Amino acid sequence: MKDLLTIGGKNLENRLFLGTGKFSSHSLMEEAIRTSGVQVVTVALRRIDFASQEEDILRYVPPGCILMPNTSGARNAEEAVRIARVAKAAGAGNWIKIEVIPDQRYLLPDNMETIRATEILANDGFVVLPYMSPDLMAARRLQDAGAAAVMPLGAPIGSNRGLQTKEMIRILIDTIDLPIIVDAGIGRPSQAAEAMEMGASAVLVNTAIATAGDPAAMALAFDHAVRAGRMAYLAGPARERQEASASSPLTGFLR
Amino acid sequence: MIEGKIQGMKIVLNGKEEYLDRPITVEELRAAKGWKAGGIVVEFNRQIIDRKDWAITFLQEGDCLEVLSFVGGGCLP
Repeated sequence: MKDLLTIGGKNLENRLFLGTGKFSSHSLMEEAIRTSGVQVVTVALRRIDFASQEEDILRYVPPGCILMPNTSGARNAEEAVRIARVAKAAGAGNWIKIEVIPDQRYLLPDNMETIRATEILANDGFVVLPYMSPDLMAARRLQDAGAAAVMPLGAPIGSNRGLQTKEMIRILIDTIDLPIIVDAGIGRPSQAAEAMEMGASAVLVNTAIATAGDPAAMALAFDHAVRAGRMAYLAGPARERQEASASSPLTGFLR
Repeated sequence: MIEGKIQGMKIVLNGKEEYLDRPITVEELRAAKGWKAGGIVVEFNRQIIDRKDWAITFLQEGDCLEVLSFVGGGCLP
């Protein structure tokens, strides 16, 4: 029986989600997607620059990938809701990652506004995946508000510092009966594996892949790490001890 | 002698004021501004208008247009 992640009625075989910012070209992004086999890809919505128009990024996202627009740019729930509705009307499907980030220095999300936006959009038929600061009460409220998953940050966006919030994430995994998807701050495949070993349902990685020397190769490395971490979690990791525990009994004949 | 400057019809396009000589359609604006239709979303007074309706949607004084597209990324406003 396959180990699939089910969100919003979709069964996902790949537990690595990809953010699409910071790639030096759309084709590098496409290569990273194809090499790693990611099935969920986030995009943002922006005003076009009439002076220099980029090619449509959606042409570089392979068919069959689930598009998850994010509400980046939103500073409050109303703005997030507006972006989500525009994205859906533009044909991007009904998945939405809620990002409400008023703080520009650390790019930390506003949990309260995220909860408000989640409630409105979940009632409106969206599959809502909110990006949040790991806090158990906020996660409970997101669950009550109808979130399809919860996406706690590991460390500030783009910081590549790994699971700085590890203990708080662990509490969410232990308590909240929704997929927990670690998003932001994962800088190396080993950190993605660490999140999966703890029982995270998936991870979202952007900067660590997009700004790697070879993004496609790094995406594949992350894919392997996510699979390894998930396999380890399912295999039941051995418990930690304070003291040593010998593997064979002390050999009596030596005394 | 007083010279009066006729500015024309004011619309707001992507947050900036623009002045049109005459009422034009969204499609005509597209051609004038040179934006490619593929992958573009147009929000006209807070309503999305389909590509097929661009040629029949006339801009009037005070209209507000957002011409948007999906891009890679997130987190920056």
